[in-house]
Amino acid sequence: MPVPILRQADLLVATIQASLSDQDLVRFRDDLAREIGRARSTGVVIDVTALDVLDSFASRVLRTIAHTARLRGATTVVVGIQPGVALAMVQLGVSLEGIPTALDFEDGIALLRGRRRKKAHEEGAHGG
Amino acid sequence: MAADIVVPIEHEQDIVMARQQGRQLVAEMGFSSTEQTLVATAISEVARNILMYARHGEIVLTALQSENRRGIEVVARDEGPGIANPALALTDGYSTSGRLGLGLPGARRLMDELDLATVPGEGTTVTLRKWAP
Repeated sequence: MPVPILRQADLLVATIQASLSDQDLVRFRDDLAREIGRARSTGVVIDVTALDVLDSFASRVLRTIAHTARLRGATTVVVGIQPGVALAMVQLGVSLEGIPTALDFEDGIALLRGRRRKKAHEEGAHGG
Repeated sequence: MAADIVVPIEHEQDIVMARQQGRQLVAEMGFSSTEQTLVATAISEVARNILMYARHGEIVLTALQSENRRGIEVVARDEGPGIANPALALTDGYSTSGRLGLGLPGARRLMDELDLATVPGEGTTVTLRKWAP
C-alpha cells in the first residue's frame, strides 16, 4: 500500500503506517522525490508514530529518503519516534545522522518554518 | 513450558510476523512496552540477516523459565553460506553487505545473551535470550 503524500501549504507530509512493507518504503522514497518536484516543496515531514520497530533497514531507507529529498532542495524532518523505538535505535547503533527530528507533527512543522524564516532573514540581511 | 513458536522466514513480511509473535510472547510475560520493542527489533535484525544472506530459514521463539525468572529465547536458523569469520562478525563495524556491521553486535546489545554457531557452507544459528527485569 503506497504511503500517501499530502501537501500542507508548501510542505509535504507523509504518515507511515504500521503495516508498511519494505517494498512500500522503497516506493515511498521514489514517490517523494517526484512529489517534491511537482509541489516545489522545500520541506517534508515524515511521521513515524505508528512504527513499532525501526530496524537498521528502515533507518537506512529513511536516511536515503532524506538525502534524496535534500538533493532536490527539501529538508526532511522525522517526527514521532516512540520512546522504545528510540532506545532500540540507540542500542542497535543506527543513527539518523544529519536528519532533524522532532517530537511530533506540530513540532516538525514549526522546525521547518523556523528554518525557512532564519534562512530568509539571513538572505535579507546580506542581499537587502 | 509453552510450545515453541516457529516462524519460517522466506519473505520480508515474515520478518514482521516473527517480531509481532515475539512482541506478543514477551508482552504476556510482563515485559514493558520498551522491552518489547527491544526484543522485536532484535528479532527483526536476525530475521533480516536470514533473508539477506541465506534467503530462507526460520525463527524459533521459546518462553523460558529459570528459577524465578522468565524470559524469551530467539533462535534464528538457516542453512545458508555461514559466516567465515564469526569473531569479526560480532565486532562493530564489520559487514560484507554494507550494513556497517550493525547486525549481530546490535542485536546483542538489545538482548541479554547472544550465541553464534556457524559453519561456512552449511549454515548459521544465532541464539538470543532476554530475561524479564
